[in-house]
Formats: sequence, C-alpha cells, structure tokens
Amino acid sequence: MTTLTETQLQAPAASAGLMKRLLPKRLGVHIFLIISCIVIGFPLFYAMIVSTQENADVYRYQFTPGNKFEANWDIVVNKRNIPGYMLNTVIVAVAVTVGKTVLSLLAGLAFVYFRFPGKWLVFGFVLITLMMPTEILIIALFRFVNALGWGSTYLALIVPFLASATGTFLFRQHFSNIPVELCEAAQLDGATPLQFLIKVLVPISWNTIGALAVIQFIYVWNMYLWPVIIIQDQVHQVVQVGLQQLQGNDQASSFGPMMLGAVLASIPPILVFVLLQKQFMSGFQLSTDK
Amino acid sequence: MSLSTPILIMLAGALAGAGLFYGLNRRSRTALVMGALGGIAGSLLFMVPLNFCMFETERTTLDIILGLILIVVGVLLVVIPLQWLFGRFVERRIAFTGSQAGTFKGTFTPFLLLAPTIVILALFLYYPSLDTFRLSTLLYRLGAKRSAFVCLDNFTALVDPDYLRSVFITLGLSLAIVVLGLSLGLLIATAAYQPVKGARIYRTLLIWPYAVSPVVAGVVFALLFNPAGGIINYVLKNLFGITIPWLNDPTYAPWAVIIASVWKSLGFNILFYIAGLQNIPKDLTEAAAIDGANAIQRFIRVTFPLLSPITFFLIITNMTYAFFDTVGTVVYMTGGAGPLGSTNTLIFRIYQLGVQNNDLGKAAAQSIVLFLMVIGLTVIQFRTTGERVNYGGA
Repeated sequence: MTTLTETQLQAPAASAGLMKRLLPKRLGVHIFLIISCIVIGFPLFYAMIVSTQENADVYRYQFTPGNKFEANWDIVVNKRNIPGYMLNTVIVAVAVTVGKTVLSLLAGLAFVYFRFPGKWLVFGFVLITLMMPTEILIIALFRFVNALGWGSTYLALIVPFLASATGTFLFRQHFSNIPVELCEAAQLDGATPLQFLIKVLVPISWNTIGALAVIQFIYVWNMYLWPVIIIQDQVHQVVQVGLQQLQGNDQASSFGPMMLGAVLASIPPILVFVLLQKQFMSGFQLSTDK
Repeated sequence: MSLSTPILIMLAGALAGAGLFYGLNRRSRTALVMGALGGIAGSLLFMVPLNFCMFETERTTLDIILGLILIVVGVLLVVIPLQWLFGRFVERRIAFTGSQAGTFKGTFTPFLLLAPTIVILALFLYYPSLDTFRLSTLLYRLGAKRSAFVCLDNFTALVDPDYLRSVFITLGLSLAIVVLGLSLGLLIATAAYQPVKGARIYRTLLIWPYAVSPVVAGVVFALLFNPAGGIINYVLKNLFGITIPWLNDPTYAPWAVIIASVWKSLGFNILFYIAGLQNIPKDLTEAAAIDGANAIQRFIRVTFPLLSPITFFLIITNMTYAFFDTVGTVVYMTGGAGPLGSTNTLIFRIYQLGVQNNDLGKAAAQSIVLFLMVIGLTVIQFRTTGERVNYGGA
C-alpha cells in the first residue's frame, strides 16, 4: 500500500525523465512491428504491382506500376474467365459454410440438451472422424463420389463437407457453458427444442457461429487437391484450380495475368477474415474481453 | 495353409485381451471374459478380411512381421474402445441417477437432430476409410475390369529408398515449417501484444495471410523466387553478389517451399501467440521482475513455459498444414515433385499415383501409412487441446 502511494507521488516529478526512457523503447516496438507488417505484406503487394505489368517490366525489375493492367484484366476476366471460377467457389463456400453451421448447431443441441441411450457411442462416432482428413481418403472418396454420379458437380464439392466434428464440438462446448436456467425457462414457456435453438441459443451464439463460419469459408475457399481430382470440366471448377489456366497458355509464363488472378482470388477470404476478425477471436476465446 | 495358424492367433489374441482387461478393471471375472472375447475379435479384425494371407508358406519374413503388427494393432483397436465403453457404462449408471435439469424429453428427437451429421460422416468419411483399407490389398487400376488380391504387397513395396526419401522430405519440410514458423510467430507476437498505439491495426496487418490460400502463396512466391525477374535474387545479387537457383536446384527448392509456407502460416501462429501472451497473468511476470529477473530471463523462465499449451497446439496444426496443405504451394512453385524429386511429398505421391497413374491399390496403401501418421498427431492434439481450452478460459 505504501509503495503504491510513493510511486504515485513520485510519478509527476519523474515523468519527464521517465518519458525519455520510455519513448525509445516503445519506438523500437513500433519500428519492429512496421518492418514485420511490410515484410509480411510485401509478397501480395508486389503481386499487385506486377498485375499491372508485362513480362518485360518484371525482367527489368521495374517496381512501379506498369501500363498493362487493362490487357491483363482482359486476359483474366474475359479470356480465362476467372470470375466464373470465383463464382463457383462462392457457391460452394457459402453452401458448405451455411450447411455445416446448421448441421453443427443441430448436433450440438442434441448433445447438450438431450439424454438418450448410446449418447457416448454417437459422441465417439463423431469424435473419431477428427482423425480422418479428406486428403487421406481422396482415392476412395473419388471412387465413391463418382459411383454416385456426382463427378464434376457442385454436389461433390459440397455434400462431403457438410458435417464436421470441429463444428459439433465447438457448439457443444459453447452450449454447455450456457446456464441451464435458460433451457428450463424456455421449457416452462412451452418451447420446442427447435424454437429454443432459434429463439434463444442462436441469438447468444453469434460469436461462435461467426468463428466457425470464418474458418469454414476460408477452408473451402482455399481447397485445392479435392477439386483438382473430382472436377473434370471447367464449368464447375473452383478458382484455386482455375488459376492454372493463367499459367499454362504459353511456354513462357506471363506474370501479369497470373498475379492479377492470384490477387483477385485472395480478396474474398481476406475480406471475410478481416471483417469477422472480432467474432473469430471471441468465438475461439482468443481475445481477453470475454 | 493349415488350420493351426488361425487357432494359434486367436489364442494369443484371447490371452493378450484378457490380460489387458483383467489388469485394467479391478480383476473382475466379467472383465476376464470380455477381454478374452475382445482379444479374439481383435486378432481376427484384420486376419479374416485378409484371409491370413501373410502366413502362407511362400510369403517373406517382412509379410510375417507386418502380419504380427496387424494382429497387435487389431487387438488394441478392439480392446481400447471396449475398455472405454466399459468405463462409460459404469459412469452412466451413476449419471442416470442425477438430475434431469436443462434437458428436453424425447429419445427420438436427438437422433433426428443428429441424423444428417451421422449420415454424412458415415457415407463420406467412414465408408471411404474402410474402402481405403480394402483397396490397399488390391492390384486395382481405375477403369480396369478386374482387380486382384495381392495381400500386403502394396505395403511391402513401400520399403524402398524412393518412398523413404519422400517420408524424409515430408518430415523435413514439416520440421522446418514448425521451427521457423513458430519462432518467427512468437517473436512478432511478443512485440504485437504490447499495448502500443494502433495495436489493433498492426494485428490485422500481421495476421491476414491466414486467409490466403496455399495456391496463391505458391503463385506469388514462384514469382519472387523466379530465376529470371525474381526479386529475391535481385536483392541477394545487389547486396551480397550471389544468385541462388531457388526453384531448379534440389538443395534450394525445398527451402523456397518452406519460406512460402512459413509466410502463409505465420499469421495463424502470431494470432494464437498473441492470445496466449494476453492470457498470461501479469502478476507472474511482475513477481519474477521483483525477484530480479531481467526481460530475457523472464521470457525463458516464465513466459515461454506458460505458453507451452499454445506451442503444442501450434506444432500439431502446423504439422498437419505441412503434411497436406503445402501440396497447392508445391504444385505452383516446383510443379509438384520438384527438381530431382526434392519436393515430392507423401500427399503429392498419393495424388500422382492414384489420379495420374490410376494405380488405386498402391495409392490406397500409401494413404494408410499417412493415415497412421495423422492418427498419431491427432491423439497428441486431442490430449493437449483440453488443456489449452481450460487455460484460455482461466
């Protein structure tokens, strides 16, 4: 107690000297962070510059924007139809994100607010799938999805990803931290389980929903190996694979269109991540303001 | 094959299962019987579908060793879940006497709610998993009319220098990505979590590459590392007078991939380390400061040990990332296998073998090897995430 008052008393007198000592330290942190931001941001920033250039500019190490943006845009947008691939990716990513959120909410509701025989068995059944990444199953999954007649369709990219252990556990954990009184009150009001979910649980779960939506949207948007294998036609192909169209037109790779394509393909997931950053942080209990 | 082999195997399985169960369950007689039955079932788990093929007379020692491993794994696969269920059964009898507060009535409704999840997991994860095991024992080409049972030949074929090199490359890439990614992530997070002005803006500018795809990372770094016009060599040449054949040389190509992958995963590492640092109680570091520890000592002795749950979680997620997601980066940077096969990872091999060469049997066998590696990782992750969540909530 005494030490506290002493420092408080000394504080105004010492502040001038203290500021001098503190300022460079904080300044160092600022400089370090600014350099980090620049180094991390540089690759995509440089890609943006090159997206306005032709190959000759790149070989000349010209670090200012060139005058080929419109020509590159024409190749990327009109000739190679990258927006078409992006639209396919949007359809798939939104469908999986929405579907997986709904299915995970329902499963979370069942696990937390019901007692039923074999609960632990079902729980184990979901839990074990954490050990089965799709990447390992691609060979057998390829055979199965083709046997269903889903090859080269959106269904092949959407349906296998609609259920997830991660989503189920996220909601299960979130729901079990909610006071039971809420459920009891809802039952007294005569609410059905679905009404309880929609009217009570969902409104207080937006952070968790947002967090799951962010990781799912980014996961699906960035998926590469599975679409390469299962989608054989260009009409349904996703953008991560479609970028290959920009690489393989001539023997010499032309950097401008390639970089423009890469930048365009990165805008939606970065936007979703930055806009939902707050939900992401609190949904995963990553921020201090809980 | 004589009848004695299956009988011997079942006997050994019964003994092992009974012994395990008897020891684990307060030496009750029910446990003894259950363990023995579980052991028999476990020893037959792989042997019946495989028809004891690895113990036929014309098989090699390698086949017999693999067969014995499969028996042990089979017994464990049956006995461990059985033990888990046995424990749950005892617990549940206690749980049922507890209150029914906060739950809805109805035994049919929860299954209805869970049905979509269960059906999709069964069809698109469980069935392909089992099918992978079946395929791995076949000589099977996509489009071919017939397939042939080849016992474990697809697995024994993996004991070969080329495949082992891919294992080595995959593990090497993962190790480098983990070590570099985590140390850089922690370094930047240590600066970014301090209460400086504009901390929020810094944070956003530091973590956004999490949203960038492995493919885009590959595309952009293929430009940066390009032998002609690549900016990294331009800088190296002007500063140190050296040029490195990043993408065409088997020594450097893996490093180019590592650098691109570290850049892509850095945002994620920074994000979790900032969160971890914020959750460390201030009084602990202050107490260390009062005891006379300087900043570096405080970091090594107090901060870093307290971050270990996050570090562990990040090691696992970065390993999984390095195992699977780098394939998109690699394809765009080195074309997949890379110069002299120097970036030929396990997952790319499976893709090449199964999809480009249509050799589904061999690809399935390689998938199972990768499967086992992932199971190891997941078990570790599962045992540590609980700790992480508790810690985060504290």
